[in-house]
Amino acid sequence: MEKKFVMHFPPVLVDKPIISTIVRKYNLEFNILKAFVSPEEEGTLVIAFSGEEKNVFDAVEELKSKGVKIQLIESDIRMIKERCTDCSVCIALCPTGALYLNRNTYEVKFEPEKCIACELCIKGCPTNAMISTI
Amino acid sequence: MKTIREINEKIKRGEVVVLTADEIIELKKSTNVKKLAKEVDVVTTGTFGPMCSSGVFLNFGHSKEKIKMGGGRVYLNNVPAYSGLAAVDVYLGATALPDDDPRNTKYPGEFKYGGGHVIEDLVSGKEIELVAYAYGTDCYPKKYLKTKITINDINEAILFNPRNCYQNYNVAVNLSNKTIYTYMGVLKPNLGNANYCSAGQLSPLLKDPYLKTIGFGTRIFLGGGIGYVCWWGTQYNPGVKRRENGVPTIPGATLALIGDLKQMKVEFLKGASLTGYGTSLIVGVGIPIPILNEEILNWVSIPDEEIYAPVVDYSYDYPNSTGNILDYVNYSQLKSGKIKLMGKEIPTGSLSSYKKAKEIAEILKKWIESGEFLLTEPIFYFPGPESGYKFKPMKEV
Repeated sequence: MEKKFVMHFPPVLVDKPIISTIVRKYNLEFNILKAFVSPEEEGTLVIAFSGEEKNVFDAVEELKSKGVKIQLIESDIRMIKERCTDCSVCIALCPTGALYLNRNTYEVKFEPEKCIACELCIKGCPTNAMISTI
Repeated sequence: MKTIREINEKIKRGEVVVLTADEIIELKKSTNVKKLAKEVDVVTTGTFGPMCSSGVFLNFGHSKEKIKMGGGRVYLNNVPAYSGLAAVDVYLGATALPDDDPRNTKYPGEFKYGGGHVIEDLVSGKEIELVAYAYGTDCYPKKYLKTKITINDINEAILFNPRNCYQNYNVAVNLSNKTIYTYMGVLKPNLGNANYCSAGQLSPLLKDPYLKTIGFGTRIFLGGGIGYVCWWGTQYNPGVKRRENGVPTIPGATLALIGDLKQMKVEFLKGASLTGYGTSLIVGVGIPIPILNEEILNWVSIPDEEIYAPVVDYSYDYPNSTGNILDYVNYSQLKSGKIKLMGKEIPTGSLSSYKKAKEIAEILKKWIESGEFLLTEPIFYFPGPESGYKFKPMKEV
């Protein structure tokens, strides 16, 4: 199974190799969708873990016990292509490049794997082509 | 030198040469202007973006017991229409909202359904609830009416847009430190994104910068059907500063457009919800430009790289009409996906669909090639830069 999470690392944890230890221990594949450290040195990571279900959740529990705050990304963002006019106003809002414009065909494309469900596209789409299902 | 009459003769004989603005730009790179001006008869353009000054005139026909909606109130799917006309004529504008829409009380408002959406539903043939309240007269006694209509049941449905097809438009950015919700879309703080709204090198009025071929009566592609230019648009501003190639550096000319809604298509007329702002109508327009001489050929071949748009801050400068322009960027830069502004690289998004604009230019090209669409000689031309005609700010007392 694959699950996406938003993780907040307090400043004391930012420089520790926590994720690499955890993914090895629980035999997980990971994909970092977004990462940044704020001026206050708090780290934010949007990451997808894939592996056995029990391992994914045990890994999350262990991270929590170390002081990492974790939110599971539960909502599922979808594009209703029939409502999309390929205007591209969403692509400059999307923080991960999940929405992008094919600059040969000028068609707007959506890659759900890269989506972190920030829902900015839902607010930004004039034709209500982006929807959230939970 | 050619005339519109000569071009129409060629259309009728099936000999007309039509290119889209995208195609002529490519061709001009390798062909001499004289030769192209001689061989190409028509260049088609296209645009597809939200145009708030749009709406429809509707005539419902009379109920058995007659009602005078004029002076009363009329709702279509709960959206109010203007009824200050004769008994059963109304005008429904794109930005009209249901009386009970929360608007921005829960900021930013969603504006899921308004006049633009009713127009889209009409065009798609959906049933619309019509409710009218009247005061009753001797000749029009009925005081309340509730029924369902479709576009096929009513008499006239005329799309009449007082301002469409802006010649160039602002690129909107946000210099403040909070997200703002504008008619140019959601703008992230601290120059988080830059939104533009023009098809650039395909956009009709950028290809005939002085409106030398477009005027009252020009036949056009409107919302998937045929329409006409029926006046210059509101806020028409021909005297703006231009670059050497004639293209205005800020929004300049506009057009008023009219057409029979019954022959339009939902693919080219769509309701829009602009979060925190309101509803609108996304309108597809294509205008054919007859290549009467080399000067016109040069204008239609102006590429994205040579069309500059002003970058404007929508957090302070736009709402307070400061007139401040942060910079100018060209449509080639805008279409690349990022621009550089104040030392920062900013992702760009467009409210206008270039893909749809291309489709419109292609459809119009096919209509002309097949002989079903003839060009028109304008009945009169609109005021030019020399006229002194100006877009004035409001006089406030």
